[in-house]
Amino acid sequence: MRSFAFWSLVVALLTYMTLPTIVVLMTSVNPTEILAFPPQGISFDWYAKAVTYPDFQVAFRNGLIVTACASTLALIVGSAFAWLIHHYEFRGRGLLEGVLWSPLIIPHFTLGFGFLLLGGAFRMQQGYVMIVLAHMVLVMPFVTRAVHVSLANIDPALARAAANLGASPFQVLTRITLPLVVPGMAGGWLIAAVLSLTEFTASLYVTGSRTQTLPVAMYNYIREYADPTVSAVSALLIIATTLIMLVADRTIGLRRVLAIDTH
Amino acid sequence: MLARRPFFITFLAPAVLTAVILAAAIFEVLQYSVREFIPGSLNVGGFTLANFAALNKPIYWWVLADTFFISLLTAIFSLLASYPVAYALVRAKKDWVRSALVSLSITPLFTGEIVRTFSWMLTLGTDGFINSMLRKLGLIDMPIQLMYTRFGVVVALVQFSMPVMIILLATAIAHVDRDCEKAAANLGASPTAVFWRITLPLTVPGILSGIVVVFAWTMSAFSTPQLIGGGKILMISNLAYLQGFSVLNLPFAATLSLIALICALGSLALMKGVTSRIERRLAVN
Repeated sequence: MRSFAFWSLVVALLTYMTLPTIVVLMTSVNPTEILAFPPQGISFDWYAKAVTYPDFQVAFRNGLIVTACASTLALIVGSAFAWLIHHYEFRGRGLLEGVLWSPLIIPHFTLGFGFLLLGGAFRMQQGYVMIVLAHMVLVMPFVTRAVHVSLANIDPALARAAANLGASPFQVLTRITLPLVVPGMAGGWLIAAVLSLTEFTASLYVTGSRTQTLPVAMYNYIREYADPTVSAVSALLIIATTLIMLVADRTIGLRRVLAIDTH
Repeated sequence: MLARRPFFITFLAPAVLTAVILAAAIFEVLQYSVREFIPGSLNVGGFTLANFAALNKPIYWWVLADTFFISLLTAIFSLLASYPVAYALVRAKKDWVRSALVSLSITPLFTGEIVRTFSWMLTLGTDGFINSMLRKLGLIDMPIQLMYTRFGVVVALVQFSMPVMIILLATAIAHVDRDCEKAAANLGASPTAVFWRITLPLTVPGILSGIVVVFAWTMSAFSTPQLIGGGKILMISNLAYLQGFSVLNLPFAATLSLIALICALGSLALMKGVTSRIERRLAVN
């Protein structure tokens, strides 16, 4: 009896967590313009409008460019940094780590505002360089963390054995370490890409009308119109991110990358 | 030297460059916060502390107090709502239940704040899901106002923070030594007593870090108060955006952004102090 009450509570709480997602999916296939519950039928008109709406098309393309550049840069720099802090102790390491982990704590609007002002100082405001840099800095901690966890799980004897057999440091890095951390790097890169693709607050500050990313375009649309077009875009984003995360979990164990150990 | 530390410079240089760029961006905020505002111009004047002095007005104190209040409410309700889910996630006997719970509670983290905020707008609106359902069930005649209220903002913020809270709590619950619970049960404690007197106290460090992380995180929330608050509920982020993009007072916007950063750093520093003290006390007992 107590167990039944407990599980009912858990189900109720999970319903609360997923209710908004269900509502947005429902409105996206609702044929009417006003939001009617329950839906009056099934229609994909809003999806058609969403994918043909020029602002969303441009913003989606912008977002892909920013995400590809930012998450790949974060992957390169973050992996190198993870390798560095795994292997070496050096002066200033604490400070460097503090600065590079700080985007997890710094409010996104403070960071976005900083990059807006920095862009102004170099006459590059609202340009891709500043947008990519802001996104890269925001997502890098996730890549660094994922790669760092992978490195910590490698048996150090492997690298020693390779070195004893005459492998150069470069060979150890490329033949032993790199293949073993590829899953961690892939997981970190996927998380970075998803976070960058959906980042809104900092993007609102650093993008302009011609460089806006999809979440910013959605925000601008919501403020002017109230029809389910944004529901359709949201539904597409929800489906895409869920699929990416499922793939990431199946192939590389998302739980390990996020360091959720439940055993 | 080079032989003993292979790749040291090659791997260090990009990280240092990134750190310098990030520090420069934050320095720009700091720099603007001590500059003079010239009305009607985006250029700034000389150095001044006037922006910080200007903070000392009742309206700004209210916004700051409201930000604290909303963040505290969110942290507390997020804890209450997340603990049962985290407990179920760790202690469920069947593997598939655990996997399903992890997926259901973690995926909302990755859909992005604009999608999640918009979803809540559809749920809470005058013609939204909740009002339609209540009206269908005949429970209300007139729609209840949920949008543009503090209640609506907190309802959405709690849902946003639950994944993070669940991760932190699940880790804490997973680390509880089951032998302690078995010992208590063998000595005659009821399951309820085991939970309240053994399991819950042992997860206090996780509870505290969850509360502080969610508190700090909510303090810097922007899109939820912006869209669900709709200007009626102002948090410090919304005030900073308003000052920067509507009033075009960049120095004051910088001051507010800096205050938000200090609040976030301050609450995390506070957490470190409190958790280490509590962990020491637990270790002594």
